[in-house]
Amino acid sequence: MADIKYAAYICSGCGIGDTLNVGALEKVATKEGKMAVVKSHPFLCSTEGVDLIKNDIANEGVTHFCIAACSRRAKAEAFAFPGNAVSRANLREGVLWVVAEGPAHDEVRQEMAEDYIRMGCAEVKKMTCPAGSANAASSRRIMVVGGGMSGMTAALAAADAGYEVVLIEKTAQLGGFANNLWKRVPFNAPHAEAQPTGVAEMTAKVSGHAKIKIHLNSTLAETAGAPGRFIAKIAQESGAVTEETVGAIVQATGFTTYDLAKLPELGGGQANVVDQAGLEALAKAADGGAIKRADGSAVKSVVFVQCAGQRGSGGNGDGSHLDYCSGHCCATSIKQATYFKDANPDVDTVVMYQDLRVPGMGEDFYRSAQKKGVIFTKAKVNKVAGGNSCRVDFKDLILDEDASIDADLVVLATGQVPTSGVNLDEWTTTVTAAESGDEAAKQKKSELQKISVLNLNYRQGPDMPQFKYGFADSHFICFPYETRRTGVYAAGPTRRPMDMFQAQEDATGAALKAIQAVENVARGAAAHPRAGDLSFPKARLEGCTQCKRCTVECPFGAIDEDEKRFPVFNQERCRRCGTCMGACPVRVISFENYSCDTVGMQIKAVNVPDEFEEKPRILILACENDAYPALDMAGIQRLTYSAFVRTIPVRCLGSANTIWITDALNQGYDGVMMMGCKRGDDYQCHFVKGSEMAYYRMSKIDDTLKQLSLEGERVQTYEVAITDSARVAKMIDDYAAQLIEMGPSPMKGFG
Amino acid sequence: MTTATPKYRNNFLKEVEANVEEGHWVKMCMQCGVCAGSCPLGPHWQHSPQKIFMMIRAGKREEVLTSDSMWMCTSCYNCIVRCPRKLPITHIMHGLANYAHRLGMAPKGQPTEAIAKLFWDNLVKTGRVNELKFSLAMYFKDGFVQGIKNAMAMQGIGLGLVKAKRLNPMEILGGHACKDKSGIQKMVAKAREIEDRRKGFSGAGA
Repeated sequence: MADIKYAAYICSGCGIGDTLNVGALEKVATKEGKMAVVKSHPFLCSTEGVDLIKNDIANEGVTHFCIAACSRRAKAEAFAFPGNAVSRANLREGVLWVVAEGPAHDEVRQEMAEDYIRMGCAEVKKMTCPAGSANAASSRRIMVVGGGMSGMTAALAAADAGYEVVLIEKTAQLGGFANNLWKRVPFNAPHAEAQPTGVAEMTAKVSGHAKIKIHLNSTLAETAGAPGRFIAKIAQESGAVTEETVGAIVQATGFTTYDLAKLPELGGGQANVVDQAGLEALAKAADGGAIKRADGSAVKSVVFVQCAGQRGSGGNGDGSHLDYCSGHCCATSIKQATYFKDANPDVDTVVMYQDLRVPGMGEDFYRSAQKKGVIFTKAKVNKVAGGNSCRVDFKDLILDEDASIDADLVVLATGQVPTSGVNLDEWTTTVTAAESGDEAAKQKKSELQKISVLNLNYRQGPDMPQFKYGFADSHFICFPYETRRTGVYAAGPTRRPMDMFQAQEDATGAALKAIQAVENVARGAAAHPRAGDLSFPKARLEGCTQCKRCTVECPFGAIDEDEKRFPVFNQERCRRCGTCMGACPVRVISFENYSCDTVGMQIKAVNVPDEFEEKPRILILACENDAYPALDMAGIQRLTYSAFVRTIPVRCLGSANTIWITDALNQGYDGVMMMGCKRGDDYQCHFVKGSEMAYYRMSKIDDTLKQLSLEGERVQTYEVAITDSARVAKMIDDYAAQLIEMGPSPMKGFG
Repeated sequence: MTTATPKYRNNFLKEVEANVEEGHWVKMCMQCGVCAGSCPLGPHWQHSPQKIFMMIRAGKREEVLTSDSMWMCTSCYNCIVRCPRKLPITHIMHGLANYAHRLGMAPKGQPTEAIAKLFWDNLVKTGRVNELKFSLAMYFKDGFVQGIKNAMAMQGIGLGLVKAKRLNPMEILGGHACKDKSGIQKMVAKAREIEDRRKGFSGAGA
């Protein structure tokens, strides 16, 4: 191993040199930080400044250094030194811009800056430069599960980008649900007429593509491995099993329609009451002519009932059936109404809706149907009776009166039910019961296995964790496609309810995510959200107590156990959040550049004044995804907050180990603020449940505080969103005031 | 035409489209209710434009045509300006009023209808509005005694107008007219005949 030489570079630009005593900072870095080389520069991120550092690396043998300048979120390109371990001390956004101006604050401001220098120096001493993985898994093939419109689009997108694709389809034919459609909702200007589905053309294109290998009549018997080295056992109907090695998976398994039989109050199962899929079949049979009922008579009047069994309404208003809006059904009913109007304008077509939702350019399509004479009635349908003449009882919501209408045919706009496999909560309960010998549970387990889509051999269960309403996603808005299984991406209605246009857009996005995953994994780097991160968790197994907390708490199922119950890290599945590190009670898990020590040493490096100085010290552990940017932005907006805080960014609040809290309190800090993302069902945590784990762990820290005879208020958790810059400044000041009132920590002086 | 119209069928909507000025716009309403919220007279009439349009679609022929709503419109154009679907609501309301009038279905004694009729009759006689005769006709429309009362109440304004030369008392003797009085009358009669033929009126409800 090459010799290690430490250095610190202090920037005096952006007004740092005017307000802070840079000479004193240099002295701190030399004397206390024990840096071999300490230099300051008036414009460190300039070519000249960066060259100064590069020159020291090349000629002075500097390997590890601290850059004391702006926030680590600024000037990342200028200060990128991929071969070195680098820490950043945040003097600009963290000190200069947030401490109140004027000589009255000179002392606390300088103390704050000096502490950040100490912390930066302490951190870099515990860091090593991430080397990346030596034996990276490198399969770049992409497996697409599901051969419908989403799946075929994803396959084509990936194949056209130059990646080999393995496409798996359960039935004997590509095309999926689109095969059943007469036409599709328009997706081209002027968005006025229903368009051909184009499914035949796309099927031909996929079938003829040199880079796409198609498995029809096939399902996944097992998926093992990790991104870059998934091994998929593909079972054919005949029983034959083929094995394919793939790098990433796009799950585009679509949806099924809600079972009409569950809607007897809306005439489900009765004569001449069909769902939208049933109407498509009638339209296909009519082939552009007059649409006929099952009994062969031409339809003269038709009523469409929107939101049938959806949005918690279900027609009987008791909140049964699907709780969500399937998004596509309004436009689909408009399309189907125009089937009738195009064939014969004299057919009475009434669409009964509560809110007509036509996202995108659907409003133009809505107008087009109105022009054709489709009548839209804002109404709540209470009852549908099928039969030779169907009757729809409803409440007209504009005229506020009950009414009814007779029609030859009633079409129920039922919702999409995602094909997302096994519910993992149900799976876990069943497996636990089966292991304790419950026969019924064993039976149920094998049934669940049959409906599984991926049959992953992960310890967490055979499919992806489901988000709301059984959809396979991790966050509908912030991280689309990124499921909670790295390297497996969901696209189309299995991810959230949507129409064909959105599904195809989705498929392209998911294909790109899959490509991002295989490329990053092949370099030994994290896929996302820390794309390109070369560090990965290492466990010092000789210290491990096999407590399983890391394997259980990993939000992505990246950690398996070996036969002795030691953790086995699947590096390719890992997103480098550090939740395992935060979980480990014996602190044996660490990253090269982020560990219990890199943070612990920073906490210990801070100079804590004694109780007579009346200068409390507050430690802030801030999630680097949301809370830390919010703090930076408070600085950019020149909002001031207490100069008594010392902020350490963490990868995720879930990576915060309780030892840091103990360290800080022992050190004499008066309080600790832990800032992470929103948790719970509407979480905003970038690592799904990292923040949840952190809040949970901190809720149990009262015992520790009692041991130290400290008040519970000395450790506080906060949910901070990236937009909370103003709020976070006030939050800090309020907490500082609270601590001053509470009085200094009794632990001071023992540290 | 008074037979019951089937509810929630397109029959009445089609009738409105064919016979009411700008009636083809009714199907384009998206029931947002902005017109209803914008109408300054909203609280004073039976049905907002939004409801009228929904009633047309619901086939409530009788209720729509006997409604007082379209007669209460002051043509402030708030609804037209605000309608996100650009429906010419004011014009539709006047079209409906006219249609109800032609069918003889307007509410009995509707003052707007009475004034409109007086105005029209006054106008087509000479091709010009005789303001003096129009005012007097209005004063006396509810009988002689009421007419005298009305005239006395308005005499200050009337004398003022005369003094300011805005009102010529000699107009009572016939007043000024267009050059070709009978030509105009023929023109109006012909237009009426064409409309009757096109919309299937039998000349009733003049």
